[in-house]
Amino acid sequence: MDVLKRTPLYAKHLELGAKMVEFGGWEMPVQYKGIIEEHRAVRTTAGLFDVCHMGELEIMGPGALSFLQSVLTNDVAKMEAGQVIYSLMCYSSGGVVDDLLVYKLDEEKYLLVVNAGNKDKDWNWLKEKQDKQTSCNNNEDFIMRDISDEIGLLALQGPLAEEILAGVCSASLKDLRYYRFLISEIAGINVLISRTGYTGEDGFEIYLVAEKTPLVWDKLCEAGKEKGLLPAGLGARDTLRFEACLPLYGHELNEAITPLEAGLEFFVAWQKGDFIGKEALLQQKQAGIPRKLVGLTMLERGIPRAGYALEKDGVVIGEVTSGNYAPTLSQNLGLGYVLSNEAKLDNEVAVLIRGKAIKAKISKKPFYKRGR
Amino acid sequence: MYPENLRYTKEHEWILVEGKKGIVGITEYAQDSLGDVVFVELPEIGKKLKVGEGLGVVESVKAVSDIYSPCSGIVTAVNESLLDNPELLNQDPYGEGWLIEMEVEELDSELLTSAEYEDFVAGEE
Repeated sequence: MDVLKRTPLYAKHLELGAKMVEFGGWEMPVQYKGIIEEHRAVRTTAGLFDVCHMGELEIMGPGALSFLQSVLTNDVAKMEAGQVIYSLMCYSSGGVVDDLLVYKLDEEKYLLVVNAGNKDKDWNWLKEKQDKQTSCNNNEDFIMRDISDEIGLLALQGPLAEEILAGVCSASLKDLRYYRFLISEIAGINVLISRTGYTGEDGFEIYLVAEKTPLVWDKLCEAGKEKGLLPAGLGARDTLRFEACLPLYGHELNEAITPLEAGLEFFVAWQKGDFIGKEALLQQKQAGIPRKLVGLTMLERGIPRAGYALEKDGVVIGEVTSGNYAPTLSQNLGLGYVLSNEAKLDNEVAVLIRGKAIKAKISKKPFYKRGR
Repeated sequence: MYPENLRYTKEHEWILVEGKKGIVGITEYAQDSLGDVVFVELPEIGKKLKVGEGLGVVESVKAVSDIYSPCSGIVTAVNESLLDNPELLNQDPYGEGWLIEMEVEELDSELLTSAEYEDFVAGEE
């Protein structure tokens, strides 16, 4: 087995008594005090996450934009500098290579933030496409750099995130809109702060040079201590994103699932010109989407878990992709794919749990939406 | 952490034997490894169990864990308060968080004492 990678915060996690687990090739904290307690902190006050494991790829040069337009489903040309968008990256089959964030730093410079476990796959895929374009005599050139090891990333999430961050950063955070970023300083260290996150709460993601991450982590912990901020692990990150029905690659997304099936057509820019996967996706849209991602609420005792079969009248109609006890809602909920003709609200289905058909119904997504 | 009056399995169950009666639960180590317990499935009263047979399931936020019987015998009672309050398993694994009561026929021949279990757990970490 490969040696697991460690983030610059590894020693902090041990000091805090975190339980460490393998995730995407990294040794990461799954919880400190407890997943539910950390989950509640993010919903009511704030939580601080080490997400240094995420991958960062920099794409620079006059050809950067047209390259990104050709490999991503969303429309990068519509972005302003200082903006962030969510996009899928697809295979020509329409299946998903990865889901990612695009940061437009300036007209010729973009940052892609990708899943840790997919980073090398993404890099190889993009490199292959770059080589192909270059050999096709595409004059506009660009360079691509994997800067994941140089970049640290913290996520400060929760209703008090802005207040806490304002205590250590002079930037005008009030004016920073959702999916926008700014450059500022924390404790004299340059940071890029975006109003983004993966929890369903307001919050920020803070990018900085990797070796300074522990310093900024400490600053934020100190600033948030009186306000109920807790360090939060990957366990809470998962239950939070699950309640907000944000997809997780390897569960709701993979190479055999299309963005249309996942309900992510909003992030497919049909009008922008050609991109990898467009033809297959158009075909699927015209022919009819065979299965859809739905929310599941248990009607009987049991927790739906990834991989469990979904049945209707004893016939398999799909599979659970994520499921858990949802702490904010105090309910056992699931996400899963079912045949499109069964994807109707309140449709009663069964989850096959340890060989028993347990009743559930298809329910509205997202399960949790914060009040504004 | 591991009371001396109990016997333990390598799958992290404990059993308290009093004459013919046995009370079964999961250990402090098990509850700590699982984290927040959110669901418990218990057998029906009257069910016959063999040594090592699955007697129920404990689910935490992050894992689903089968629980195995440390003895053969018949289930005489189950802790129904766990159905609505599974967190009792975290709070009090040797008390309020007990799982089932059995009429014991035969104990697992490989049960560990408290000291042996403690050594075993130290090796797991």
